[in-house]
Amino acid sequence: MSDYLYLIPLFPLIGFLLNGLLLGRLPRVVVNIIACLSVAAAFIISVLVFFELKALPPDVRVIEQTLFTWIPSGILQVNFGLLLDPLSAIMILVVTGVGLIIHIYSIGYIAHDPCFGRFFTYMNLFMFSMLTLVLADNFLFMFVGWEGVGLCSYLLIGFWYHKKSASDAGKKAFIVNRIGDFGFLIGMFIIFWEVGSLEFRVVMEQAPVVFIAGGSLITTICLLLFVGATGKSAQIPLYVWLPDAMEGPTPVSALIHAATMVTAGVYMIARTNVLYMLAPDALMVVAIVGAVTAFFAATIALTQNDIKRVLAYSTVSQLGYMFLACGVASFSAGIFHLMTHSFFKALLFLGAGSVIHAMSDEQDMRRMGGLGKHIKITYITMLVAALTISGIPGFSGFFSKDEILWKSFSSQHGHPIFWVVGFVTAGLTAFYMFRLIYMTFHGKERMDEETRQHIHESSKSMTIPLMVLAVLSVVGGWIGMPHIFGVSNFFEHWLEPVMAGGSYEPVSHALAAGGGDVGMEWGLMAASVALVLVSIYFARTFYKTKPQLATAWRKKMSGLHQVLLNKYYVDEFYGAVIVRPLIVFSLFLWKVVDVILIDGFVNGSALVYEGVSESLRRVQTGRLRSYATLFVFGVVILVAYFVMD
Amino acid sequence: MIDYTSAGIDFGLIAPEIALLVTAFVILLISSIRRLNAFPIYIAFIGLVVTLALSIQQWSNQESGFFGMISCDNFGIAFKILFSATSLLVLLLGYRYMIARGIDRPEYSALLLISTMGMMVMANTTDLVVMFLGLEIMSVPLYVMAGFARRSLRSNEAAIKYFMMGAFASAFLLMGIAFVYGASGTTELRRIVADISFISSRHGAYIYAGAALILVGFGFKVAAVPFHSWVPDVYEGAPTPVTAFFSVAPKAAGFAVMLRIFLFGFADLEILSDVFWVLSVLTMSVGNILALRQGNVKRLLAYSSIAHAGYIMVALAVGGEEAVSAAIFYLVAYTIFNLGGFAVVTLLETRSGCRSNFSELPGLAATHPYLSAILALFMLALGGFPPTVGFLGKFYLFAAAIKSGYIWLAVIGVMNSFLSVYYYLRVVKASYFETSDEPFTPVSYTPAIVAVLIITAVGTLGLGFFPQQLLEFSRSAIFAFL
Repeated sequence: MSDYLYLIPLFPLIGFLLNGLLLGRLPRVVVNIIACLSVAAAFIISVLVFFELKALPPDVRVIEQTLFTWIPSGILQVNFGLLLDPLSAIMILVVTGVGLIIHIYSIGYIAHDPCFGRFFTYMNLFMFSMLTLVLADNFLFMFVGWEGVGLCSYLLIGFWYHKKSASDAGKKAFIVNRIGDFGFLIGMFIIFWEVGSLEFRVVMEQAPVVFIAGGSLITTICLLLFVGATGKSAQIPLYVWLPDAMEGPTPVSALIHAATMVTAGVYMIARTNVLYMLAPDALMVVAIVGAVTAFFAATIALTQNDIKRVLAYSTVSQLGYMFLACGVASFSAGIFHLMTHSFFKALLFLGAGSVIHAMSDEQDMRRMGGLGKHIKITYITMLVAALTISGIPGFSGFFSKDEILWKSFSSQHGHPIFWVVGFVTAGLTAFYMFRLIYMTFHGKERMDEETRQHIHESSKSMTIPLMVLAVLSVVGGWIGMPHIFGVSNFFEHWLEPVMAGGSYEPVSHALAAGGGDVGMEWGLMAASVALVLVSIYFARTFYKTKPQLATAWRKKMSGLHQVLLNKYYVDEFYGAVIVRPLIVFSLFLWKVVDVILIDGFVNGSALVYEGVSESLRRVQTGRLRSYATLFVFGVVILVAYFVMD
Repeated sequence: MIDYTSAGIDFGLIAPEIALLVTAFVILLISSIRRLNAFPIYIAFIGLVVTLALSIQQWSNQESGFFGMISCDNFGIAFKILFSATSLLVLLLGYRYMIARGIDRPEYSALLLISTMGMMVMANTTDLVVMFLGLEIMSVPLYVMAGFARRSLRSNEAAIKYFMMGAFASAFLLMGIAFVYGASGTTELRRIVADISFISSRHGAYIYAGAALILVGFGFKVAAVPFHSWVPDVYEGAPTPVTAFFSVAPKAAGFAVMLRIFLFGFADLEILSDVFWVLSVLTMSVGNILALRQGNVKRLLAYSSIAHAGYIMVALAVGGEEAVSAAIFYLVAYTIFNLGGFAVVTLLETRSGCRSNFSELPGLAATHPYLSAILALFMLALGGFPPTVGFLGKFYLFAAAIKSGYIWLAVIGVMNSFLSVYYYLRVVKASYFETSDEPFTPVSYTPAIVAVLIITAVGTLGLGFFPQQLLEFSRSAIFAFL
């Protein structure tokens, strides 16, 4: 089966080509079938290869497949090669699995849009790019997927391009991502310069030999790669595109926030964990950026009123957790959270889509309320997701988040401060999630009468994906239970072969240290659960039982509230400090450098060439005699030159 | 190296040539007995397919026969494959055009086949006299084909001009061969190689003059500046499918011979590299500059074909295995996308009254989105844009130049391709962005031309993404060459 690895990205590509080339000629049903079937096929093959991989002994769980040489040029040999190991196996399962659910959901969601063909074309291209990114066995091929994902996000966020806000958001996503890509590219160049190869296998094998551990070179490389990761995975300072990305259709938000795109940065860091283990300073930067982003985005989410915007900041915050995990060298915890997050975040976005659908495209939670009794399935599934993301024991988010918190405390790269930040953020998370639940589904019905009449539960093709995701959100975490529960952490063991051998100490680090740490782990876990429960209680008080209290607080702390509501004015700050000067500089380049200097040069040289062309054309008289003369002239010169020598 | 003394008569070595000749004669016979228009073209098609199969079958053969007159090595076989495939495509793309213009006479197919056979003879020998023989077998049918539209004044003009200049060039070539024979006592390249230092020390002037005159003769065929002046008039006047053939096949044949003579036979003449350096730069620059201001697509492609000859000559200046295999790669790639471009022009000209001036292009994109996209693809390939094979072809050529230290040659080459983008994009601009008051007459597709368009377009893009096969092909083609 692993011989058919290439089919995994190929199927979505075929779907993209079919739907794209026959755009507007296929009936809706056929478009839907092509789009979903191609992803379903990719998913089925992913499952099969996963089990095939699992059947192998842990230390040889690598399947490589080189399709062909892409760039043969001197020492630069780049293959279209695929690499299946425990890490990419998890990723393709998540990408195709969640992607498939979102595709099925989209059938119902996009049913009323005349541009459904274009939509599914882009969606399939998105899947193809992401699968390429994940399965690539070298940096450059990965970069192809990396760029493809960026392109698709631009196309899909700006899907309703006639809306200015949507096309602006698309451009913003693309441009911000390009900044990150630049870092990634430079990092890649340095790697090639130093190692002489871009293949993951070679680079990871050579890295400990070529680079001095903790040296400035490897630290630079890791930081540059991390710049790329902050762009794709929406971390400070390049997170600004993600909240705007909700301008796209909701399934797109789900796809971007959950299964694809934003996970790329985390995946890339996990993939290059060998390099990061050699650069402790870079690891610390990753951890700090992750922790700060987690906290910072969670505070913004507290005050937002747009249901999708809350979720968007929540994604930024959760991604911060993943980077925090990577930063404390617990890459498997980061990937674990990536997986559970993709379940519950997809569920939250699809649920929000269902709410917006029911509310006749209203996204402002201030005009919702009391929806719980009208759209029960949506309510229950979203409640499950909220419990999961808040980290209520038993739900998947609990296991993954707890793992990260514990590792940020106990890992040799960790620090209690990281734990404190993560701990506080967990409380904030529970608060803003239940604020969302209470504002949307409980309390007074604040919508106008006409909207109220239209409230209806979504069709089966939308609710069934919600239910599937709800089940996954609950059980998805059970494969990664911590050791103190008396079970073996399957997930961590599964990823062990991929993680830097030797230099990385797995789980046992904490356990070996003695029983005191076990007690500590229980204690920290209990503390975070308690905080979460308290936060939920506060959310209930503020937004359900005593709404006047929320208003009073808002008045009392209006300064802080304004800052949070305006997202710390970061967009404004970037506008003033980066965008404005850039525009001025561009104007200079345009009016002075381009129009006068470059155009002048170009037009001047064009004039010269046209003159030369014109005079040469005169030689081309059409008369045989003059041709023969020219010919003989050439012969004489040639023979003379040869004989004189 | 092949041992040329142990050479007997082995018809297997010239099986493709025989197939072509037999087919051509069958066509001529049938057409004289029964006036059936449809038959000859099918016979020619079958004959070419058989030839192609026979040529492919010879691959990795290394033999010589006919007393050293024919050497059947991978280099020659590669060109056999190229020539028969080219002929096949030209036959397909011209079918409807010839009917539309009322010049679909059976002799056309026969001439095409005989000319192709001449090219094969040229590429599969190391003897100068046999090369000349091949050249003439190739050229005489070409003269007739140029004037195939008997009632068209321009076609007649093309034939006369091509013939006069061709005869002129042949005279110089023959003179050159005579000089070389006089100096060395042989026309066999392998013997010349063996004795070159001895020969040039004794009869230096003659061998040099001979080399120069041979260069003139073949330089004419590949349209090197300053022996290029016939190209625009002939290309414009000849029927378009014939022009398509002119622009690729004789050029490839000329280069096949030049690569053999100058990089193998006269490899030790140091002066050659400098001469080719100058000729290459002159050819690409003059071709590109003259193309800038053309108002006719066919004439533009004529000049562009001169410029492309200049790029390939980079390989002659540089020498060495990598350059030769890059040249073969480029010849194959160029054949594909240039034929593609001509296929589009032919298709457009099948409509009555169309002479493929720029002013006739507006409206193409709006009415024929696929056709204009394909035209744009070929133009981008000609200009050397990735991801088409045109980019890779130039890349390998210039990379070979840089590796051997010819930095400036590569720089000039790149500058020239940069310049060429201007006029290629003019075609794209005219078909996409310009408007015209007259409605665009729709073209009628035929299966044959659609097949050509698909093959060339897929080749242009596909080989751009997956060049491996073609790379291996061009690398093994030089096995036993140097």
